[in-house]
Amino acid sequence: MARRTGPVTATIQTSDGDTSFAVAVSGIARRFGHRWALRDASLHVEPGTVAALVGHNGSGKTTLLRIIATTLRPTRGSGSVFGHDLVREADGIRELVAVLGHTPGLYGDLTARENLEFALRMSGRAPTRQEVDEALDRVGLATEADELVRTFSAGMQRRLALARVLLRRPRLILLDEPYAAFDAEGIACVNAILAEHKAAGGAAIVATHDPVRAAPVVDRFWAIDHGRTTPTEPALVLAAAAGRDPAVVPTPVQTRVQGAIG
Amino acid sequence: MSWRAELTRAAALAWKDLTAERRTKANFNAVVFLAGMILLLFGFAFGPDAAALRAAAAGVLWLTVLFGGVLAFNRSYQLELENGALEQLLLYPGSRKTIFLGKLAANLAFVFLVEAIVVPVAAILYDLPLARPFPGLAVVLLLGTFGFVTLGTFYAAMASRVRAREVLLPLLLFPMLVPVVVASVEATSAILAGDPMGDASAWLRLLVVFDAVFFTASVLAFEHVIDE
Amino acid sequence: MNEMDDLTSSRFSDIPLRQGRWVGVLGWAALLAMIGAQAIGFAISRPERDMGHLQKILYVHVPIAWAMMIAYFIVFVASILYLVRRRERYDLVAAASAEVGVVLTALTLVLGSIWARPTWGVWWTWDPRLTTSAILLVIFAGYLALRAYTEDADRRARWSAAVGILGFLNVIIVYQSVRWWRSIHQVQSSPDTVDPSYALALRLNAIAALLVLAYLVARRYHAARLERAVEARMEMAALEKGGAHV
Repeated sequence: MARRTGPVTATIQTSDGDTSFAVAVSGIARRFGHRWALRDASLHVEPGTVAALVGHNGSGKTTLLRIIATTLRPTRGSGSVFGHDLVREADGIRELVAVLGHTPGLYGDLTARENLEFALRMSGRAPTRQEVDEALDRVGLATEADELVRTFSAGMQRRLALARVLLRRPRLILLDEPYAAFDAEGIACVNAILAEHKAAGGAAIVATHDPVRAAPVVDRFWAIDHGRTTPTEPALVLAAAAGRDPAVVPTPVQTRVQGAIG
Repeated sequence: MSWRAELTRAAALAWKDLTAERRTKANFNAVVFLAGMILLLFGFAFGPDAAALRAAAAGVLWLTVLFGGVLAFNRSYQLELENGALEQLLLYPGSRKTIFLGKLAANLAFVFLVEAIVVPVAAILYDLPLARPFPGLAVVLLLGTFGFVTLGTFYAAMASRVRAREVLLPLLLFPMLVPVVVASVEATSAILAGDPMGDASAWLRLLVVFDAVFFTASVLAFEHVIDE
Repeated sequence: MNEMDDLTSSRFSDIPLRQGRWVGVLGWAALLAMIGAQAIGFAISRPERDMGHLQKILYVHVPIAWAMMIAYFIVFVASILYLVRRRERYDLVAAASAEVGVVLTALTLVLGSIWARPTWGVWWTWDPRLTTSAILLVIFAGYLALRAYTEDADRRARWSAAVGILGFLNVIIVYQSVRWWRSIHQVQSSPDTVDPSYALALRLNAIAALLVLAYLVARRYHAARLERAVEARMEMAALEKGGAHV
């Protein structure tokens, strides 16, 4: 299986904004009618790292991800992705970002293969059989390549969406509750992909209410509550999570935690 | 992105819509069935007098196409709204105009296919000559349908995302289509009657102007209505 | 400042509850002009041979129709300005103008009907201008319905701007198509001919109609700004209040 070429690291061409961050947003607020989904959200992510955005449902995680993806405009605040301004250079950002969303966003009446080929064509690339096969294989859907997505389970659709993310070859991956609807194998697959991605210099943000699953690959935790973000020590986040699920506290992060505290 | 690349994207989008439709045929069957029923009902409403039917035929035909088409437009966006596919669609790099062009192309193909069935059925039910007037008829159908589908695709981008979509799309769309209906029906009537006074060409020119104005306006305005 | 911040900025929120003096003056001027125009119209023009004083309805009907077209033109321009500049006040002007335009259109149609009944014996003639007005009524009623059905302010502004622009673009084409259609199917001539001595009455009514339009739009716009200011205050309150820091 050929290894896909990852995004370029080190020197990042920028026109504007912070050169050292993959994502840098500050003071983001967004309202829907009277309701403020985000009040004051700020975070930054360095290239080659994965950030976790931890919060319960309704805390604004999805909204913040959508703003970073340029799907939504912020009511207030500003930010940049790899130096491109969120509002003024949204099209430039779209070239660099891929989203694994809350809903899979697939077409049920097309096959898995056709969905991926469509995604490639819409990204401006001609699909090759080889790369589509590789992506399907990577997420474990090789045998279902020509089945209609309508027949897929939620987990399978998620995996297909993940394959689509891979094919986009993004520099920034945004994942919204990626571990939902996944079994242990799926979770391991997501984390492996994230590990590869950051090793190649890319960045990612994982929005989840379940930080323990993300812990193996996450470098930085951000907590979000009622639309406000705070950078958080992993220890606090994991301790809170561990309180609910004592069996699962991964080691690599624990080491980092010791380092941070000690 | 180069215009060539954008054209490829629009084509990919249109192909995707048509493939999905070809697999289920749900829309197509529903629209053709509805159109057939409307033609029959109009026949009963006007009575068995052949002359009266033939005089009303052009109007009946176009109204049938209109009511059928409206069904199709909202459904074309439904495809994107279930499962949140629209959000992914908006994430691809490139112009929003391309999304409009792709949807327009798919809807045009759909409505033309419906017309390919409805026109012969109307000809049978209302005893219309099709052979000699066919070239003129084809031109009217082309121009009229283009204007209709352009505006239908545009307004459905909004109406389909609102709760009262079945009401809002006709409310927004039909008054805008008055020139299309008037011009198409008059031109069709004239052509079916052999066009003794050369009326049809004036109407066709009006259709061309309508199509040009609203195609341009829709393409330019689309990015403002498709985003979140 | 972020574009969408327009309405929540404190400067905009400080809207006086009462509009400036000039709007009141405008209102009085409109009222007086209306009354004056009718009085002068009755005084200076003779009763027409066949119709008696009925012709005088046209003195109001026609200028109201002109004012209606101007109202829709304002919607058109304000909508374009909104899409280009994204400042919410343009959206409010467009909405106010559309509402007034719909009212004026309904008035145009009613006056036209009242004139038509004794003249032609029917409540409705497919006169091109009347028919176009009826179609415009539906188009902009649709505009208002769209606004009513859309809750998000930004989406409402963008969508109605698009609908307003396309709707106005259609006016000439609709008029032309109805005119040709009617000339094929009917031979009645439209009530175009107006005695030159009536021209003064028409002009006075035109001025009055414009004043009425300006006054109504100004009032409606102000009311809309107040509504938005209240909404903005509620939004700010919701922003401050929500949730404690983590």
